[in-house]
Amino acid sequence: MPGGNGTPNAIRAENVCRHYTMGDSVVKALDGVSLEVQESERVAMVGASGSGKSTLLHLMAGLDRPTSGTLETRGRNLAVMSPEELAAHRRGTVGMIFQAFHLLPRMTLEENVELPLRLSEVPREARALRVREALERVGLAGRAAHRPGELSGGEQQRAAIARALVNRPSILLADEPTGNLDSHNGEEIMRLIYSLNESLHMTVVLVTHEQRLAASFAERILVLSDGRLAAEGRPGDPAVEALR
Amino acid sequence: MKVNDLLELAGRNLRESGFRNALTTAGVAVGVASLVAMLSLGAGLQGLVTDRFARSGLFNTIGVFTARDMRGMERSERRSGVLESNTRPLDDAARKEINVLPHVIEVYPEVRLLTDVSFEGRTLFTSVSGLSPSANQNEAFEKMHGRFFSGPEAAEAILHVDFARDLLAPANTPGDAFPLPMGPRAGGTPDVTDAQLDALLGKEIVLHYGEREPTPPPTEARTHTASRSGRAQNAVARSTGGDPGGADSADETVSFSVVRRERHLRIVGIVDTEPYAGITASAASRVFLPVGLAEKLHPAQASTLRDIMQAKPSASENYSALIVRVDDPAHVQPTQDALKGMGFRTFSLLDATKSLRRVFVIVDLFLAIFGSVALVVASLGIVNTLVMSVLERRREIGVLKALGASDTDVKRLFFVEAGVMGTVGGALGVLLGWLIGRAINFGTNIYLANQDLPHETVVLLPLWLIAGAVAFAIAVSLLSGIYPAARAARLDPVQVLRYE
Ligand SMILES: Nc1ncnc2c1ncn2[C@@H]1O[C@H](COP(=O)(O)OP(=O)(O)O)[C@@H](O)[C@H]1O
Ligand SMILES: [Mg+2]
Repeated sequence: MPGGNGTPNAIRAENVCRHYTMGDSVVKALDGVSLEVQESERVAMVGASGSGKSTLLHLMAGLDRPTSGTLETRGRNLAVMSPEELAAHRRGTVGMIFQAFHLLPRMTLEENVELPLRLSEVPREARALRVREALERVGLAGRAAHRPGELSGGEQQRAAIARALVNRPSILLADEPTGNLDSHNGEEIMRLIYSLNESLHMTVVLVTHEQRLAASFAERILVLSDGRLAAEGRPGDPAVEALR
Repeated sequence: MKVNDLLELAGRNLRESGFRNALTTAGVAVGVASLVAMLSLGAGLQGLVTDRFARSGLFNTIGVFTARDMRGMERSERRSGVLESNTRPLDDAARKEINVLPHVIEVYPEVRLLTDVSFEGRTLFTSVSGLSPSANQNEAFEKMHGRFFSGPEAAEAILHVDFARDLLAPANTPGDAFPLPMGPRAGGTPDVTDAQLDALLGKEIVLHYGEREPTPPPTEARTHTASRSGRAQNAVARSTGGDPGGADSADETVSFSVVRRERHLRIVGIVDTEPYAGITASAASRVFLPVGLAEKLHPAQASTLRDIMQAKPSASENYSALIVRVDDPAHVQPTQDALKGMGFRTFSLLDATKSLRRVFVIVDLFLAIFGSVALVVASLGIVNTLVMSVLERRREIGVLKALGASDTDVKRLFFVEAGVMGTVGGALGVLLGWLIGRAINFGTNIYLANQDLPHETVVLLPLWLIAGAVAFAIAVSLLSGIYPAARAARLDPVQVLRYE
């Protein structure tokens, strides 16, 4: 998928490594990954457990830095950013959702969704409306005053999506968002993410190990294996299917 | 993150572990309270002492003497062999000159004589001193029987209670016909009632003294024969001028007579405690009269003979000592310098105040150290609470970071939490310390009242102490926040967000 028409890719990785040194041994969580993701593209990342999917997603999110290589979002190299610049990247460019939702249990949904706005120093007056919009988009406007513990898993993940959306990032990074949900709720979440990509033109990188979900959702599938990009292709592509 | 958002999040977090944080805050409050109580006790005691000294007039008073008078005491001078023959006499001219020095508000001579005082036919030998009107400020007169002198030359006397007892003694203990001459009685002091003391007020005592009358030289001395006793004071003093090495070797004769006189004085007051009578007062006086009157009497004092022997012979009266009062203790030193420049010896308690202040600085320091111990313990409490909080909130910190919080944001969040505990603890601590101070004041005054002593403020809480204590509490809590905040900021979000 070449992006060579002047506009930078949403994400571009070049020979990205993430090595963990533990005493004498080196764990190569990522070992020379190169890839490109287009603006507004829906990409699914699959691979066996421990193949480096989460590690790559965290690098894209700016929560971690590659040991070597280049990792760009919209032409800006995350590998050389200062911690403050990485924080700004997390606040403004990407939104993250997790398998475990990671909502703060003592805050209401409203307050949880407001957190990114606080961190981005959005003026107080503008926040309530933005929070309402985000909660309406995921269909939870009526549960704004509830705490995460009072919601089902599916609802919690929807609240987490609202929180990831509220700052209007251009990239959504999802780490096995359906892993804790039953198939019905899982499908609902996938539909929601799909619609966000359609309506908001967000780039989505979604990690999953459910081939079926990946196939129905993604425009392109990346297969990771032992910290390397083993294959990539459209759903149904034999190269991808063979490696799953 | 904006400050109000930080405060809001910090407040939330503090409320979430409310009990634990309240205990930690209470620890800070106790620490601050102990510090405040200690320092306000120090401030109170210092105020008590300095106020007392200020009112005694000791700190703005200078004693002035002729240089000659003190020479015998200055070893260094004696060793160096310096002998000035032309020392300036402490006479009226000098007094007038001193009176117009800047900041001098009062100059009066020290008058003290050992003499006879009779009362209702009995005569007692005692020490009599002149008191300046400003001595009225002295605390000795706070709880006196009767009142202070009505004027600077009033024919009135104030007695020390010991002397009043002596006057009353025969009535109380008929066998004791020989009252002690002076000073507090060693033991067996007959108890006198307030009513008996009050009955003395308004009665008269007779002061017997020798008046010094100049006789113009070279006339030979007249003789006065004492009217009642053989102790005629008939003095003719001849003095050969100057010291052996002095320039003035001409014979000069100074003559004056000492004439026996009496003066009736009305008892207007009786004091329990020794009033400050003069800077040189070493012998405790038992009878006091207004200094203006004392001066007018021209009494022959113990120093009179010494004047004849030592001072440059002069017919005029020389003062044994002058007491100079300045408007402010700060002006004591310059005035003292001016007086030295005029050729006099001076003495003041300025050096004593300096060492007193030093003592209070040291006392305050120790009180502060002891008071701070509790605050140090409290700060360890803050460290402990926040470290636990960091451990418990690892996931929350990770989520905040994933949502875009910078290390600085996280650090600030914990600093604000520490600061809030410090501020609230500091404010409560000041309140608690104030209450403790009030309790100490209250208890002390109950005790003082039982001992029949006047009310005192032993614990003072000045504004600087309130502000300082709160500021100190905040500073200590922020200091305590450094380590936990750094730990929180260092936390790797990837580790805590990993699903396992
Ligand atoms: N902090 C770490 N120290 C050492 N090894 C790590 C660390 N984090 C991840 N790894 C290793 O990196 C590899 C990739 O992990 P991860 O990206 O979580 O895989 P996935 O999400 O695909 O299951 C795994 O083998 C894991 O054990
Ligand atoms: Mg993973």
